[in-house]
Amino acid sequence: MYVVSIRSKTMVLDTAVEDLTEEILDQPRYGFLLGWWVSPDPIPCTKPACIPELVNYVRDIRDPEHPYSLEQLSVLSEESVTVDEKLGRILITFTPTIQHCSMATVIGLCLRVKLKEFFPPHFKLDIRVAPGSHANEESVNKQLNDKERVAAALENPNLRQLVDECLYSNEL
Amino acid sequence: MEFFDDGDYELREIQKLEGHTDRVWCLSWNPKTGINGVPPIIASCSGDKTIRIWEQSGPSQSWRCKAVLEETHARTVRSCAWSLCGKFLATGSFDATTAIWENVGGDYECVSTLEGHENEVKSVSWNECGNMLATCSRDKSVWIWEVLPGNEFECVTVLQGHTQDVKMVQWHPRMDIVFSCSYDNTIKVWWSEDAESENWECCQTIGESNNGHSSTVWALSFNVEGDKMVSCSDDLTLKIWEANTLRMESGDGYAPWSHICTLSGYHDRTIFSVHWSREGIIASGAADDAIRLFVESKDDSIDGPSYKMLLKKEKAHDMDVNSVQWNPVDHHLLASGSDDGTIKIWELASTSTEMPEASTESTESTASTEKKALQKLGMTTLI
Repeated sequence: MYVVSIRSKTMVLDTAVEDLTEEILDQPRYGFLLGWWVSPDPIPCTKPACIPELVNYVRDIRDPEHPYSLEQLSVLSEESVTVDEKLGRILITFTPTIQHCSMATVIGLCLRVKLKEFFPPHFKLDIRVAPGSHANEESVNKQLNDKERVAAALENPNLRQLVDECLYSNEL
Repeated sequence: MEFFDDGDYELREIQKLEGHTDRVWCLSWNPKTGINGVPPIIASCSGDKTIRIWEQSGPSQSWRCKAVLEETHARTVRSCAWSLCGKFLATGSFDATTAIWENVGGDYECVSTLEGHENEVKSVSWNECGNMLATCSRDKSVWIWEVLPGNEFECVTVLQGHTQDVKMVQWHPRMDIVFSCSYDNTIKVWWSEDAESENWECCQTIGESNNGHSSTVWALSFNVEGDKMVSCSDDLTLKIWEANTLRMESGDGYAPWSHICTLSGYHDRTIFSVHWSREGIIASGAADDAIRLFVESKDDSIDGPSYKMLLKKEKAHDMDVNSVQWNPVDHHLLASGSDDGTIKIWELASTSTEMPEASTESTESTASTEKKALQKLGMTTLI
């Protein structure tokens, strides 16, 4: 059982919460990089020229306890997004702030949920951590791109709450 | 002579079945339908937490949703499988339970709920006799259940061995051997030498070091004889395996599976589903939205059997293809389920039947051409 305090709220997670969550919630750094996206709804865009708009769309992620955005922490930049319009594929590589950042999977999950609205549904989105930027690079990448694990994680009420707070809460 | 020449065949879409409001994960044809005047039935399960039962009926012979099984699973229904008698449907869900549904005069009633897995159930499979059920989960275990009278299910054994999420479990078509494939990149073979005992053990682990996959193994399927197996993976390959099952059936101990062929360079995204038809055609469905069909190539090869692509159906769906299933009775019918929420029924047909208008021949001769083409398909039992 994991007990996690987020913004003075206490969430009690049942033992079924594993893998995607346990690494994250086990560690005291849980709150790092959590934040809110405060962006207008996007118009679906599939052109490489939209990359700045995309980055803008997710730049507002902030740690609830620290006034830094994704942009300020250099987690995501325009260079880290590749769009192949013809094949309908997008590759996003983000850079977790520290090698052992346990929030990497949550950031990846949030990016995946948020960007689902940005691209037409048939677009294929791959999310990876930048090469060499994370101690468990391979494992994080594998989890983030296993759609079954992602689907299951998002059905987990506690993890969903975590993600939703990142995505939709706009109060500080 | 070479059967299944490239370009001779096509997958023709018969109907698109719409109704699910989320991705379709898995399909299962009812094996006791489509014969003796019983209309064909297929079950589908989805991220919308429901199972739908579809039936081909009416004068138009179109597919319609006959039942929606809901309010039993609280989360995604990941897997569904009919028992061989066609009376029971097992469904595995992310809510950690497996439900058993009984068809009572066209109504489906949940007669049993199997609990035990710690988290998401990923796959369910009945053995050939229908007296055992296997389930697997993200909790890394495979459970074998015995079917007792009165819709009771008793867990016979819990098989531990995978180091990660178990994606699929499948019984051998002729013997009580269980195969499981996993996020840990391996396939494991589980067997109890003494059929009466509960002494199940892992007889073989097929991993990267013995020609196995280098990423998540999503699914596997057997040919009709049961001496060959195909597996598909996130490593973008399909692999064919072979074992001397005759020796094993005669009681001569465990026959290990060995790699005979790897099909790579076809799908360029994760292959989620593979199914071997009774006629020897392997269908695969992947995250590249395409369906591909493979057959054994008759080219003589000193390296043993080789396989080639028969056809590819690009943009089979608008999104990932999660499940491909051949109809067990009408061997030319294929069903596919997708992230786009739809199911498609396809017919494998000869392309020569596609242009009746272009031909000045009478409809009778067109029909006869079609018949010949289907005969050709039916005759090509690939050894």
